Amino acid sequence: MSVMKRVSMMFRAKANKALDRMEDPRETLDYSYQTQLELLQKVRRGVADVATSRKRVELQINQLQQSSDKLDRQARDALGVGREDLARDALTRKAGVTSQMNDLNTQYQSLQAEEEKLTGASQRLQAKVDAFRTKKETIKATYTAAEAQTRINEAFTGISEEMGDVGLAIQRAEDKTAQMQARAGAIDELMASGALDDMVGGPHDDIQAELDRMGAGHDVDAELARMKGELSQGSGPKQIEGTDHADGASAAGTAGAVNDAQPTQASPADQPQAGDGA
Amino acid sequence: MIVRILGEGQLRIDDSATAELNELDTKLEATVERNDESAFRHALEELLSRVRAIGRPLEAGSLEPSELILPAEGATMEEVRNLLSGDGLIPG
Repeated sequence: MSVMKRVSMMFRAKANKALDRMEDPRETLDYSYQTQLELLQKVRRGVADVATSRKRVELQINQLQQSSDKLDRQARDALGVGREDLARDALTRKAGVTSQMNDLNTQYQSLQAEEEKLTGASQRLQAKVDAFRTKKETIKATYTAAEAQTRINEAFTGISEEMGDVGLAIQRAEDKTAQMQARAGAIDELMASGALDDMVGGPHDDIQAELDRMGAGHDVDAELARMKGELSQGSGPKQIEGTDHADGASAAGTAGAVNDAQPTQASPADQPQAGDGA
Repeated sequence: MIVRILGEGQLRIDDSATAELNELDTKLEATVERNDESAFRHALEELLSRVRAIGRPLEAGSLEPSELILPAEGATMEEVRNLLSGDGLIPG
């Protein structure tokens, strides 16, 4: 038989079984309404749980991103000072962090999808529960056993199907959240134990230490070289270089002044010509 | 005819589409019998998108039961088998 029909039969069998348990159909309505309200609470809690999980993963992704950026900077710094070995080390660690991050991103998207589904389920259930409450009161008010029975059965089957659907959605979300919690917990543990900290550059960041050492050494070397240069060449060339520069600037200034002044200075000779031209 | 897609809600579908949906459903059934997971996913996706394309969402407050119920998008064959096994896996 068709998959679609079989699934719907399973849902209906479930509803019928619940109906059969009740002696008075009106009792069924009240009891069912209670169950519906409980399920609504449950699905709302489910939405909140998934959201909490998702935020936790989001935080972890941000932390890993920061680590990845830092390792990237370190690799560049290391290359800048000619330490390819250190750069390679940093990039290897970055690859590890990236793979963790990709993994978490996949999980994040799946949690987000789950959250949306559950939110939708919660809204649909809310609408049906509201409708059921209205119908329940109408049926109870106009109750005559024969007539009400079918209407109760129909309303009950309809809402029961929705409840089954929502129940399944909650189960799926719970499974996903549990998986995610386990993963997030493992990563938190890694971070707490310092293992990931070491890997992504915490207080015991050996790459940074090496770079700092090299950075400091580099500065000292450069300073030394500069001082040596100054001492061996004396202060003369430096002075001249400075003077040259200043001269150049003032020369330009003077030239400008000369140019500006030129017409005035030249006027005694030129002016008659200019006057002739005009 | 009212069809439910688990996790998405109910849709009203014109009875004239029954034959077409049955055909897609038979394909789906065959993949379950062959135990072919990837073909199952494909067939389910095909059936769901067809239902979404031709169905109109049921009004929110409707309490009508569905004639047909379809597994949720992305459901595995195992999940569908569990749905059909009838040993109390449908909650609610």
